[in-house]
Amino acid sequence: MKIKIQRETLVEYEVESKDRTLLEVLNEIKTTQDPSLTYSSGCRSSVCGSCSVRVNSKEVLACAYHAKDSDLIEPMRNSEVIRDLVVNMDRAYGFNAKAKAWQSSLSQDVLLTPEDEKINEVQSDCILCGSCYSACPVYAVNEEFLGPFSLTRVWRYVSDKREENPKDKIDTIQTNGVWDCTLCNECTLVCPQDISSKADIEKLRGRSSMAGYMDPNFANFGAGFDGSPTF
Amino acid sequence: MSRVIIVGAGGAGLVAAINAHENGAKVTILTKDYPTRSQTCMAQGGINAALSNAGEDSVEAHIQNTLKSAHSIADEDAVRFMCESAPDAVRWLDSIGVPFSRTTESKIAQRTLGGASAPRACYAQDYTGLKILHTLYDRCLSLGIEILNEKYLLECITDKDSNGKTYVCGVSVLDKRSGEVEVYEARSVIMATGGYSRIYHTHSTNAVGSSGDGIAAALRAGARVSDMEFVQFHPTAMKNSAILISESARGAGGYLLNSKGERFTNELAPRDEVARAIDDEMLKGEDIFLDIRHLGEEFINEELPQERKLAKLYESVDPVHDLIPIKPVAHYTMGGIEVDENSKTSIEGLYAAGECANHKVHGANRLGGNSLLELIVFGKQAGEAAAKHAKKSEINLNKDIHVKDINNFIIDVKNYINEVDFYQKREFLGDMFYLHVGIKREKENLESLLKDVTKLLENLPMMGVSDKSKIYNSNLIEFLEFKNMLELSQLVVIGAIARQESRGAHFRVDKPNENDELFKAHSVIDKNGNVSYED
Repeated sequence: MKIKIQRETLVEYEVESKDRTLLEVLNEIKTTQDPSLTYSSGCRSSVCGSCSVRVNSKEVLACAYHAKDSDLIEPMRNSEVIRDLVVNMDRAYGFNAKAKAWQSSLSQDVLLTPEDEKINEVQSDCILCGSCYSACPVYAVNEEFLGPFSLTRVWRYVSDKREENPKDKIDTIQTNGVWDCTLCNECTLVCPQDISSKADIEKLRGRSSMAGYMDPNFANFGAGFDGSPTF
Repeated sequence: MSRVIIVGAGGAGLVAAINAHENGAKVTILTKDYPTRSQTCMAQGGINAALSNAGEDSVEAHIQNTLKSAHSIADEDAVRFMCESAPDAVRWLDSIGVPFSRTTESKIAQRTLGGASAPRACYAQDYTGLKILHTLYDRCLSLGIEILNEKYLLECITDKDSNGKTYVCGVSVLDKRSGEVEVYEARSVIMATGGYSRIYHTHSTNAVGSSGDGIAAALRAGARVSDMEFVQFHPTAMKNSAILISESARGAGGYLLNSKGERFTNELAPRDEVARAIDDEMLKGEDIFLDIRHLGEEFINEELPQERKLAKLYESVDPVHDLIPIKPVAHYTMGGIEVDENSKTSIEGLYAAGECANHKVHGANRLGGNSLLELIVFGKQAGEAAAKHAKKSEINLNKDIHVKDINNFIIDVKNYINEVDFYQKREFLGDMFYLHVGIKREKENLESLLKDVTKLLENLPMMGVSDKSKIYNSNLIEFLEFKNMLELSQLVVIGAIARQESRGAHFRVDKPNENDELFKAHSVIDKNGNVSYED
């Protein structure tokens, strides 16, 4: 079978036709045909988040996707391509710090029930593969958007009883955060860990409203045509 | 400013960074990938601590189980320290937000792994390593710790003081993105670079980066390494992909079956025993399966969601309804850079923690649930000790000389004639190791393999890279990783030949018993390949 890989130019490779993962196909090309082909990989078992690429315009983990004839393989979007299928994730991961996606202080003796733990069980399965980040259309209009995985991470900590200052977390995600999402759900569709950042962002919006914040888009609609507030 | 450089950003590296930072050091982490892509994310089963949350347990029982599994060559003081520190280590992880599974009494859930007398492994479903690693990463971000991604370790730079004692002054790395050699100077360097199971290539559960880079660099710098012949085979990797199915599947009551559907061993014995029992069956021509069907769909979804996903994805079986075909493969390397009771290596200022280090807590066979534990306990120790040492004085390193030296080395490697394909040799080495340095070993085969390995080392200049570019040259990185693996594989084979006995994970068909008189000791191999045994 043939697959096409977007390098500096589009390059077609002929590989043996059998059922196997795209990562195995890339490994075969690199070790037997073209050692200059460049991509990332790690655990080959869907848990390290290294090998995310786009296949036929959809984000997948190369180690979890079974390659098919005439697949088109491209690097992830919204990040600078370093070479071939390798992108620079520094900027993307940097949003975790901007969103303060961590527990703000050490907790002591906070008891969590199995139900408490379930609240963010799925969110803490995130492998930071960046698929959601690549699929997110908001970056086309706002490069500073905190983005799906960082906001899911914020939800993880906000929803945890061990977080002593959830209000500060909510304050942090008002600008370039929860209200910039279009709720298009692209992030959910590509997540290999079945996380829905869209749903997490909606929950964060709920918390934001409870903290007294308003949807700035809605606030604008509520304004009079001359820009003065209506009551 | 007292600077600490940490090489490696898995569990051990991140814990070391947090503790060095909290002890006043300016910390820089260098990683060849990104922190959350480290091997630690693949740990599934749990982290041991005698908390008695799910059944009666004691620190003493944890110590005794660990010592028994180690077959008399663990350092009891080190084991005692690790097990006594375990409850605090888990409480600390809880305090930074690790989402452990919980009991109905709102305690951290615990389960039984092989060789343990009580349910001792604290877990987060079967994503324990992933969730610990990511929470540690978030903690590092909250402290503003500097993490430099995609810096591949080349050498550990050392000098000698007026008394002739070797001390570390920094490290050199290849920036993968720019292709430039960089030197980072520091009074204290911590190696947290992981193990060397990828010598076994596809016959390993490990991620592709487990090539022993830090051990090889420390060795070249003159550090002592020990117990290199001890390589743990995990009993249950999936047959086709060698992807791990956690021991917790057996801990929960999973069976091992042969082709006839018969059980043939105690599934919860230590890993060395279970792996050998499976190997015996396989030699009889049996296929081996893990059976967890009787645990039920609800339990599997709740406690083992990753196992179900991996089995479906990589073996096309659903463990709720099907048997999982398995085989033992290389999983964890007990040997590594020798360290003292402060995680210091034989080189002044050089520390090590995690799988790359040999704290002598695993001896001849590691107990499941003790590797995540060692990351936390000894990562902390290394971080504290390195921070303290870094305060002593500044380092003034002439970086240019080292950059030039290493650059010349890279140019040399790129000029290697590349007549022999190293990818083929890498596969060959992995296959040979699986066959001859695996669960069972035999003198003649080992000696023959040593010749092969020595020849491969001599022939490295015949190999090389066809990709000569600077930017993100993964062909070059993989060659350098192969070179490190080759250097270490020579020590593994020499150690396996010299240890003419069987102990834990090292089983010699021609010497099937333990020989305490000669070999109840740690093996150390010097530069000339001579092996000595030390307490």
